[in-house]
Amino acid sequence: MGPVFAGVLQLLALIGALAIIHVPLGNYMAKVYSSDKHWGVEKWIYKGIGANPDTEMRWTAYLRGVLAFSAVGVLFLYLLQRLQGVLPGSLGFSSIDPDQAFNTAVSFVTNTNWQSYYGEQAMGHVVQTAGLAVQNFVSAAVGIAVAVALVRGFARSRSGELGNFWADMVRGVTRILLPLAFVAAIVLVACGAIQNFSGIHEVGQFMGGSQEWNGGAVASQEAIKELGTNGGGYFNANSAHPFENPTPFTNLFEIFLLLAIPFSLPRTFGVLVGSVKQGYAILATMATIWVAFIGLMWWTEFAHRAPAFEIAGASMEGKEVRFGIGASSIFAVSTTLTSTGAVDSFHSSYTGLGGGITLLGMMLGEIAPGGVGSGLYGILIMAIIAVFIAGLMVGRTPEYLGKKIGTREIKLAACYILVTPALVLVLTAAAMALPTPANSMTNGGAHGFSEILYAYTSASNNNGSAFAGLNADTQWFNSTLGIAMLLGRFVPMVFVLALAGSLGEQKPVPVTAGTLRTEKPLFTGLLVGAILIITGLTYFPALALGPLAEGLA
Amino acid sequence: MSTATPTRAPHSDVPTGHKSPEGRVGAGLFDPKQLVKSLPDAFRKLDPRVMVKSPVMFVVWIGSVLTTVFSFTDPGDWFGWTISAWLWLTVIFANLAEAVAEGRGKAQADTLRRAKTDTVARRLVEGREERVPGTELRIGDLVVCEAGDIIPGDGDVVEGVASVDESAITGESAPVIRESGGDRSAVTGGTKVLSDRIVIKITTKPGETFIDRMIGLVEGAARQKTPNEIALNILLASLTIVFLLAVATLPPFADYAGTHLTMVVLVALLVCLIPTTIGALLSAIGIAGMDRLVQRNVLAMSGRAVEAAGDVSTLLLDKTGTITLGNRQAAEFVPVRGTTEAEVADAAQLSSLADETPEGRSIVVLAKEKYGLRERHQGELAGAEWIEFTAQTRMSGVDVDGRKIRKGAAGSVITWVEERGGAVAEDADTLADTISEAGGTPLLVAVEDSAGARILGVIHLKDVVKDGMRERFEELRRMGIKTVMITGDNPLTAKAIAEEAGVDDFLAEATPEDKMALIKREQAGGKLVAMTGDGTNDAPALAQADVGVAMNTGTSAAKEAGNMVDLDSNPTKLIEIVEIGKQLLITRGALTTFSIANDVAKYFAIIPALFAAVHPGLDKLNIMQLSSPDSAILSAVIFNALIIIALVPLALKGVQYRPVSADRMLRRNLAIYGLGGLIAPFVGIKIIDLLISLIPGIG
Repeated sequence: MGPVFAGVLQLLALIGALAIIHVPLGNYMAKVYSSDKHWGVEKWIYKGIGANPDTEMRWTAYLRGVLAFSAVGVLFLYLLQRLQGVLPGSLGFSSIDPDQAFNTAVSFVTNTNWQSYYGEQAMGHVVQTAGLAVQNFVSAAVGIAVAVALVRGFARSRSGELGNFWADMVRGVTRILLPLAFVAAIVLVACGAIQNFSGIHEVGQFMGGSQEWNGGAVASQEAIKELGTNGGGYFNANSAHPFENPTPFTNLFEIFLLLAIPFSLPRTFGVLVGSVKQGYAILATMATIWVAFIGLMWWTEFAHRAPAFEIAGASMEGKEVRFGIGASSIFAVSTTLTSTGAVDSFHSSYTGLGGGITLLGMMLGEIAPGGVGSGLYGILIMAIIAVFIAGLMVGRTPEYLGKKIGTREIKLAACYILVTPALVLVLTAAAMALPTPANSMTNGGAHGFSEILYAYTSASNNNGSAFAGLNADTQWFNSTLGIAMLLGRFVPMVFVLALAGSLGEQKPVPVTAGTLRTEKPLFTGLLVGAILIITGLTYFPALALGPLAEGLA
Repeated sequence: MSTATPTRAPHSDVPTGHKSPEGRVGAGLFDPKQLVKSLPDAFRKLDPRVMVKSPVMFVVWIGSVLTTVFSFTDPGDWFGWTISAWLWLTVIFANLAEAVAEGRGKAQADTLRRAKTDTVARRLVEGREERVPGTELRIGDLVVCEAGDIIPGDGDVVEGVASVDESAITGESAPVIRESGGDRSAVTGGTKVLSDRIVIKITTKPGETFIDRMIGLVEGAARQKTPNEIALNILLASLTIVFLLAVATLPPFADYAGTHLTMVVLVALLVCLIPTTIGALLSAIGIAGMDRLVQRNVLAMSGRAVEAAGDVSTLLLDKTGTITLGNRQAAEFVPVRGTTEAEVADAAQLSSLADETPEGRSIVVLAKEKYGLRERHQGELAGAEWIEFTAQTRMSGVDVDGRKIRKGAAGSVITWVEERGGAVAEDADTLADTISEAGGTPLLVAVEDSAGARILGVIHLKDVVKDGMRERFEELRRMGIKTVMITGDNPLTAKAIAEEAGVDDFLAEATPEDKMALIKREQAGGKLVAMTGDGTNDAPALAQADVGVAMNTGTSAAKEAGNMVDLDSNPTKLIEIVEIGKQLLITRGALTTFSIANDVAKYFAIIPALFAAVHPGLDKLNIMQLSSPDSAILSAVIFNALIIIALVPLALKGVQYRPVSADRMLRRNLAIYGLGGLIAPFVGIKIIDLLISLIPGIG
């Protein structure tokens, strides 16, 4: 069996599994967010945080909840790291420096999981489990909650009420993420991922010398790392590490986990807005881009014509032999098209164009299928932009799902799409213009530029993967990347929730033969085109000077 | 029998179709001479205070200033000067588009101004006339107008009847009747009384009259950006910011790559990327949309109404005059038992010879066509005494050769026969009822001769649905628009006509309150409703409807309440108004799509030109094989400027509109403006590059 064929089979298996899971999982999530019953444990939590889960919130209240909760999360995680040196169960690691602690706290709260530290050499059990793992759950739940609020904006009319943030967030954890992560962790443990609280072992190496290994609650961390599209690895090598991702099966399983919720949310959306077909149009858009990107990645990685690659059969640098090019490419595309950022191979080592594909995946705004929640609201914003332009071409004031896209809606959508390009381009330009940041590059030329461009693209889009090679643990990068993650996460959320409020207040416009049918393949094609062209135009010059210059040389 | 004689022939009983009709002012076609004529205006609009209203073009304006200043620092650089020149041309072309659009309205405004020449009003004060300038009239003043007078201001006739020449505003030379009371009392300042004497109560302040508003509208002075236009402007501004970011952050990237980008090149790149095509044409599209309405003699009081017209999903159409011809026509003669059809036809014809109403004429015509009865002239029948229709008798007829023939409403004729001791055929009632049930109007024909008084039969008068209406409603259905017929008829009649015409629904025995309730019900479901109306009792409904088209013949109250006025008073035009609204939105969307799709080719021209020297691999992106970097950038800039001029006719005329479903329309427009927008600049830039490379010393 050739490697290409193996890759195709793995992809088909993955698509099959996702096709099976998305209906029940999507329906289940829709039920979770529309039920008015509270579980016992949830009632305890509400009592604990002093929240009333039954009050309906307008968008401003919902946003306050998101921001307050996240601010507390950042503060708690920051303090936990700063105090690591005096806390028990820290494997003897010292406290984290302020800039790195800030960066890491922001990174995990924003669902980015950018890591400027080496997990096995910096974070003890307490920070990993009480800090990082907790945020892996709640940051993902916040993302889904915001997406659900936007969906409610579409589904409801004549009321600006978007649900209750505390109920949405808590249910996301208790009813969706925890049970799924629990099952996934058991599968991972069964397949060889480690799960313990042991200390550091010194192990003799096969070729002589020795190496330090530490144990940890890895399998459980791994499960939510993928499931919540977090991506922060227990170990620095992330999913390339055999303790995190031991076999080709776990590799495929982890890809499945990181895609499961994002690819099921369109179903949830369809059910909640009362038209499963509308959900399928969104799902088809996501799937088209995802499959096309995998195809492109295979094309550049398998067929790379350079002497070293010819000998190796293909470009194997930076990829695990046990996963091969096919599966590594699927992982790389999936992790950058979601906001996961976990890696089982090193994107910096991909061919010039292959590296460009991972970059472009994030630049699209991580919407195919995107991060948990953030992917759905991101693509819905793009749908609004596409509807606005195309809707005019059918001779009506544009409307989407029965809601008119007027001045206020387009203003908010336009602001949303401005945020990440502004962060990525301005911060990359600043890093390139200033004398010191460039010292962090390992490579020169176009590849060096790609390292910095990648870092800001990853942080601003809350991906968290790195174009290995950049030394990001400097004050400049810790601070600016931290700011990029914060603004890249919460500023768009402000616009999404404001938009949800605005949509929810409208009365619905009935569908007629004159309405643009957004559940048809034509619209899916249009949406794919709009996403690619708008992103492509924004980043073309930057991509030309980085991956394109390298890949076409 | 008779109905009120129409004071004015209905305008076009046959729908005018979707082809651009022969407009009174400026044909729909684009005349290149207008470009030259509008040049001075285009330069005048270079004022930054004017430019700032269009964010996209303002950025080009700033870019032009920057490159020009930069060129002064390096006067020997032909490239900088050429780019600057073309950037200025880009701005001027944009201004030109707007100026041409406005220019077309100006001609009409001038005609209107002539009608507005200072008039002297004959104001009535306590019964005495005094002469005051028209500008001093106040609301509530009474003025007298006699044959030859120009009406000094808008108002309602409170006394008398007159024929009025309204050609100054409608372009229609046939005079119209204006009379006190009823729904034809409104007169417009600037029109001329042709006969008789009327007293008018002024209802509008000078300076705010209909003609003043019309001048403002056609000149574009009163134009405000419509909601959708504002939304589109926001999107265009945000795209401009995105591209500003992409270009402004480029210098540090380029410096790192080992090449320095000059200000000229950066501005050129920026101008090529921002959506200048739609930015330049956006306001021209809006002005031209209003203009298209004006050409069809419709005045929209706000651009918002025009946009709303495109969104309408329910059309309320009055039956009479819109769906059916204004009058009923005879369809058949039905004899009662014991008589023949020919007898009925003969009697009916005789009784109608003097009846000049359309119904009466139609009886004579039917008798001739179907029974070969020659039309007898009134003179042939010596001694005939013609009985006119009156509201009391509700019958008309003739007494000739000892025969008395009557036709009229069933009840009246039966009474007439019974009074004369005649026997009423027992099936007369049944026949009349059958006709009523089928949606027709029965007229009984009776005779009194030597054999006594008796009923002969029934004339079946039918509402005649206008030609082409069924197809028109079919089109509307495909566009997703529901049509509701409004009629005062009983439900049975209404249902029959509704079925024949092919409307989706009907409202029978409609009172103004019913209409209002219907509109509110539709609106509660999120639908936008359009209607026409002319009477004062229509005013509340006109105001409630999203698009309310008042007939110019209607009352001031109706005209005040609606947001459009149809100068031709042709209710069928509502359908055209909807199409114009849609066309306006489609044109905006199509040019926006085109503009954005254009950018792809421009990148492929400019990026290799900028960076192939330091990253030779990027030359592979030069798929157009442009001759040199300078020529590539220049070609893109020139294309970007010329495409604006090339699209001015499209912006003014509007994208072709066909009433098809949204899906088909989207497919078609995406293919033309999306795909076309991707491909066209590749071809255009290549051709311009070829031409530039022919110039010696360049390329």
